[in-house]
Amino acid sequence: MSVDTLTGMPRPAAARPAAAHSFRRPTTEGPLAKAILITIALGFLALFLVLPLIAVFIEAFRKGAGEFLAALGEPDTLAAIRLTLTVAAIAVPLNLVFGVAAAWAIAKFEFKGKAFLTTLIDLPFSVSPVISGLVYVLLFGTGSVLGTWLKAHGIEILFAVPGIVLATVFVTFPFVARELIPLMQDQGTGDEEAALSLGASGWQTFRYVTLPNIKWGLLYGVLLCNARAMGEFGAVSVVSGHIRGLTNTMPLHVEILYNEYNFVAAFAVSTLLASLALVTLVFKSFLEYRYGDEIAATAKH
Amino acid sequence: MDVSIRSVSKEFDGYPALHDVSLDIRSGELIALLGPSGSGKTTLLRLIAGLERPTAGAIFFGDEDASHRTVQERNVGFVFQHYALFRHMTVAENIGFGLKVRPAANRPSKREIRRRASELLDLVQLSGLEDRYPSQLSGGQRQRVALARALAIEPRVLLLDEPFGALDAQVRRELRRWLREIHDRTGHTTVFVTHDQEEALELADRVVVMSRGRIEQVGSADDVYDRPNSPFVFGFIGDSSVLPVRVENGKLWLQDRFIGIEVRDVPDGPASLYFRPHDVELLDGGGGCIAGTVTASRRVAGTRRVELEVGGARERVEIELPVDHPEAANSRISFRPRRWKLFPASGGTAALSATDDGSAGKADEAELMLAASL
Repeated sequence: MSVDTLTGMPRPAAARPAAAHSFRRPTTEGPLAKAILITIALGFLALFLVLPLIAVFIEAFRKGAGEFLAALGEPDTLAAIRLTLTVAAIAVPLNLVFGVAAAWAIAKFEFKGKAFLTTLIDLPFSVSPVISGLVYVLLFGTGSVLGTWLKAHGIEILFAVPGIVLATVFVTFPFVARELIPLMQDQGTGDEEAALSLGASGWQTFRYVTLPNIKWGLLYGVLLCNARAMGEFGAVSVVSGHIRGLTNTMPLHVEILYNEYNFVAAFAVSTLLASLALVTLVFKSFLEYRYGDEIAATAKH
Repeated sequence: MDVSIRSVSKEFDGYPALHDVSLDIRSGELIALLGPSGSGKTTLLRLIAGLERPTAGAIFFGDEDASHRTVQERNVGFVFQHYALFRHMTVAENIGFGLKVRPAANRPSKREIRRRASELLDLVQLSGLEDRYPSQLSGGQRQRVALARALAIEPRVLLLDEPFGALDAQVRRELRRWLREIHDRTGHTTVFVTHDQEEALELADRVVVMSRGRIEQVGSADDVYDRPNSPFVFGFIGDSSVLPVRVENGKLWLQDRFIGIEVRDVPDGPASLYFRPHDVELLDGGGGCIAGTVTASRRVAGTRRVELEVGGARERVEIELPVDHPEAANSRISFRPRRWKLFPASGGTAALSATDDGSAGKADEAELMLAASL
């Protein structure tokens, strides 16, 4: 049948299996190796990612949806959610601006100390979050000059919202910059030079050329930055003081509830954090699916 | 717009890229900056554009010193080797960009911008592609769009940095002709950078040959090919063969053999004899010629390229013979260059005089060019 030839069905039925068997692309593995690798990867994911995630939701709903909602409706919990959103709302835009500025400086200019700046940007990744928090305790604590001076002027940093924001900004600042630096380095300065030679001002060049070129990387960086800003525990724990309803963020609140054996409430708040991660993931996948061509074109071109 | 480059030098972090370069470009001229990579040709182009700032010297646009004008103020059209089209904008938006970013006072309306873009697309023969994205175009089409974009701002000077460098040979040749046509029609003063001599010679009114941050020679295609003023230009433009010779009493010697060329007013001593492989006459041997053993013979397009070992030191030279030349099969060939040029052996920068028409040597039909000073 002609249909068979069109769909590529073998005409001499015996010929193909032999041919398929004798030749395997040099870069592919045998079926056994393939199966083992896939099993390891999937098994690891199931054990370390999917299982805990399911456990969180099961625990949260153990005593039914009513209890779940009641736990979320607690004033302290609501305060924690509010605080987390506030902190993210301040930290993410700050790091957006900082990240773009740092990436711009590193990718487009040559200057002394560039390698050092690149290393500094990575610092929050390599330093333990607890140390990141402790830095601010030392800087603004009652023993320090700065802390005393600020206290005298009635400005509270430690064990208050400003301290939490500072610690969060510190921990999350590499995300946007790290996402943009390789992208911008790869793109070079050709487009900007073209725009300038056509008479565009510096701001117009940024607005019409640079920003559209980096928008996907930027969005991705912001998503990661936001996820981390809402989920940060270590650094925030050191500077927050754990005052219920005042300086408790969601991760800290989870810990307190858990330590009080209030498992349903603890896991209920946890589901919110887990959902944040899922929403981030879905949103990112959707963007890649919807604008995949454009992202690929921007990345390669 | 006349462009005048006056004693311009440029250093990058202490590394010199241009040494004291001066060049006058006449209005409406099509000029090629030709040289190997690292010769400073792109740097010179970027200095004219204002994308770099000269370490010393000045650049004049007409009577106005443009040295301290920004790239925006200079109003030049710049075309990049890798197009630098804005990938998130359509072809029409790309072309209209230079008009869109103008201050509100002299910005044309959206409709007018769109009309200009269509007009320019007609000019670069891409009518109807207004709404395509750059990624949907071929390399040649992209470069045409880039040119249309540069022309849209009505530039005073059009600057092209290896415009065809990223394209394949077929498209290059096509676009070369096309660029010449566009230039003839629009009359923009145009400077383009290339490392492809064929492109430079075919396209440009005048060729500026550059090497190691200096201008070696400026002239028409005939000038730089027939009357190269330095060993570099001779070697860089077209094929060339070199033999180390010795001048003694006005005669040229290759080791212990007089090669039948006599020169006047050249002091005794070693020198380099340059000639074109195809510009030789075959002789019967005997005295007064260059004789060599054939070591290789290759067919190259319409000619046969023969490699010879000459003299006791076995210097290798290449000559070109017609494909059906009977001598090509011999194992020994004697020849003498019809046209040649002698440079001091140091291969240097000494001033070199041009033509001496005639009486020297047996090759009296040839135009002789010799080095006057060593």
